[in-house]
Amino acid sequence: MTDDSAIKDQAAWDAADKVADYEHGWSSDIETDFAPKGLNEDTVRFISAKKNEPEWMLEWRLKAFAMWKTMTPPDWAKLNVPPIDYQDAYYYAAPKAKPKLNSLDEVDPEILRVYEKLGIPIAEQEVLAGVEGARKVAVDAVFDSVSVATTFRAELERAGVIFRSISEAIKEYPELVKKWLGKVVPMHDNYFATLNCAVFSDGTFVYIPEGVRCPMELSTYFRINAENTGQFERTLIVADKGSYVSYLEGCTAPMRDENQLHAAVVELVALDDAEIKYSTVQNWYPGDAEGKGGIYNFVTKRALCQGRNSKVSWTQVETGSAVTWKYPSCVLNGENSVGEFYSVAVTNNYQQADTGTKMIHNGKGSRSTVVSKGISAGHSNNTYRGLVRVAPNAEGVRNFTQCDSLLLGSLCGAHTVPYIEVRNPSAQIEHEATTSKISDDQLFYAMQRGLGQEEAVALIVNGFAKEVLQQLPMEFAVEAQKLLGISLEGSVG
Amino acid sequence: MMLQITNLHATVADKPILKGLNLTLNAGEIHAIMGPNGAGKSTLGYVLSGRPGYEVTEGSVTFNGEDLLGMEPHERAAAGLFLGFQYPVEIPGVSNVQFLREALNAQRQHRGEAPLSGAEFLKVAREQAGALGMDMDMLKRPVNVGFSGGEKKRNEMVQMGIIDPCLAILDETDSGLDIDALRVVGDGINRIMRKPDKTVLLITHYQRLLDYVKPDFVHVLADGRITRTGGPELALELEREGYRELAA
Repeated sequence: MTDDSAIKDQAAWDAADKVADYEHGWSSDIETDFAPKGLNEDTVRFISAKKNEPEWMLEWRLKAFAMWKTMTPPDWAKLNVPPIDYQDAYYYAAPKAKPKLNSLDEVDPEILRVYEKLGIPIAEQEVLAGVEGARKVAVDAVFDSVSVATTFRAELERAGVIFRSISEAIKEYPELVKKWLGKVVPMHDNYFATLNCAVFSDGTFVYIPEGVRCPMELSTYFRINAENTGQFERTLIVADKGSYVSYLEGCTAPMRDENQLHAAVVELVALDDAEIKYSTVQNWYPGDAEGKGGIYNFVTKRALCQGRNSKVSWTQVETGSAVTWKYPSCVLNGENSVGEFYSVAVTNNYQQADTGTKMIHNGKGSRSTVVSKGISAGHSNNTYRGLVRVAPNAEGVRNFTQCDSLLLGSLCGAHTVPYIEVRNPSAQIEHEATTSKISDDQLFYAMQRGLGQEEAVALIVNGFAKEVLQQLPMEFAVEAQKLLGISLEGSVG
Repeated sequence: MMLQITNLHATVADKPILKGLNLTLNAGEIHAIMGPNGAGKSTLGYVLSGRPGYEVTEGSVTFNGEDLLGMEPHERAAAGLFLGFQYPVEIPGVSNVQFLREALNAQRQHRGEAPLSGAEFLKVAREQAGALGMDMDMLKRPVNVGFSGGEKKRNEMVQMGIIDPCLAILDETDSGLDIDALRVVGDGINRIMRKPDKTVLLITHYQRLLDYVKPDFVHVLADGRITRTGGPELALELEREGYRELAA
């Protein structure tokens, strides 16, 4: 064989390996409308104009942009992130399509194929692929910067549930949006949240009216397709008194050599006796085995448990992204309100994750539970960072925190950084933490019974993460289990 | 023959443990290996099942005519080799049912057989657990977590029944069992493995298991070699005289 053909062969093998490692790594050739590259006031105006936004929204964005220019990125996380050139990216990329879509039939078939390939049901007669007995799930499909479809609208509307892209909601329900947008995560909250306020391009808005139990799971599926494009979505969910909703979020992106920025803001509001269950399976492209490429995932998620007995439960399975900076939190203002955070974060190769939660106890008798399972492999670093704060007049607060770390190999790191600030003596705070390695005994035992090495690792890791995985709705739990195994392939041996 | 071990030498952390071991096991036979501590009995079980860290430096092993030593541990399992562990391992968060179903189906897939459905698997699991006096609640608990020593050994037998291997190497399956449990385990071995197409290699210190599982052959393993071979009477002799007299 000549050198040349050997090199070509090697390239083909490498490409095949890459695809095998990250199954969502393909991209689609879809005609795309971009904003001019770079970030300035005109970019903000461009996005607002593209969305036909009302004047108040544009002003809000411009105020945020002015604020952002005076801010600096946070540097307290245990992350090593090269400086990001904010001028070298597109802030708006939308599939070129007909001006207004009235039904799914009008969505570009190429985009429908993308979702089909991802196993996401955006045709209403479908359910999540390959899962027996799956229930109906309404989907908002966000493709690059815009929402391309929301399903089951009519059925949801009969129940009084509003499920819209946020762009539509700003126009159709301005009072509701104005009332809550930026109230949970204020505009000045942090560098990435402020940037999001200025340039967010789409996302999801959900309103569950008083006393309504949302008749199906709601979900948003995020896909970054275009090159050099940041995705800045914004989600706002308001659960009115006595209502309930379960919301799922999934994300993937093609494999690209450059890093792409994803800076989302999610705001949840739960009024008296309302409950929101928010589940995420984050599978953004993590970069290759040498740490090249991958998504920078800087996300601000926060819930306001405003009402008495309100409850918000965050469940996240974080396997993707080159860098994850994310702390889904609960501000427990309501008396006897409840906050929960269940997290599995996997890092492999050169991935870095600094993730955790904040439980801010302002309400009397408020309670919180935190269960974090960190799994590190390769050369990766995985940090749990969590704050439990009890306000001076919050009597009878309880918190239980459990942080477990599992190490695969000897080159990775696991770190736990708990912050506990208690200003009321009646509080009961518990914190437990463990660090362990997958033992050779466990691996050999499983292999002697017939499992290949990677199957054995996947089984043991799924066992380690079980307390969190069982919090997920069934359809997601199946996907998440598979994902844990795939993310750790090649990490032992 | 099912298993032929020829001049097997093996080291653990560069220390020679097996030093030229020869042994032939035929289908339909039950063999017992006895011997003093440190003679290499458990090492033999680990070498045959392919545990990393146990290095074969010389010799060969064929299993149903195939080169056993060239296979990965899970391939040996799929080929029908089962190791009953002296110290069964705990796997938190993974139920016995899930563990065994995945393991069994991985073996079946390796052999080109269709996987068992959840219902088919549960039927088999229920039968085997019932036969060994283990209730289904225990099968739903995480693998060996919180099990007593006796429960772990019983669980090994349930696993053996479900996996249904052609060669079982049972490493001190009798240790830590009271008299009642010993009978249950002994009955299990006979029921599952006393068949014309199956072979058992019992590794034990004591004669008492052999009251329940009658061996066709008894071997003495001392200093990395088989030093004596006889019938069931050899086990009684060992019990009476001790290893020191007989091993030399």
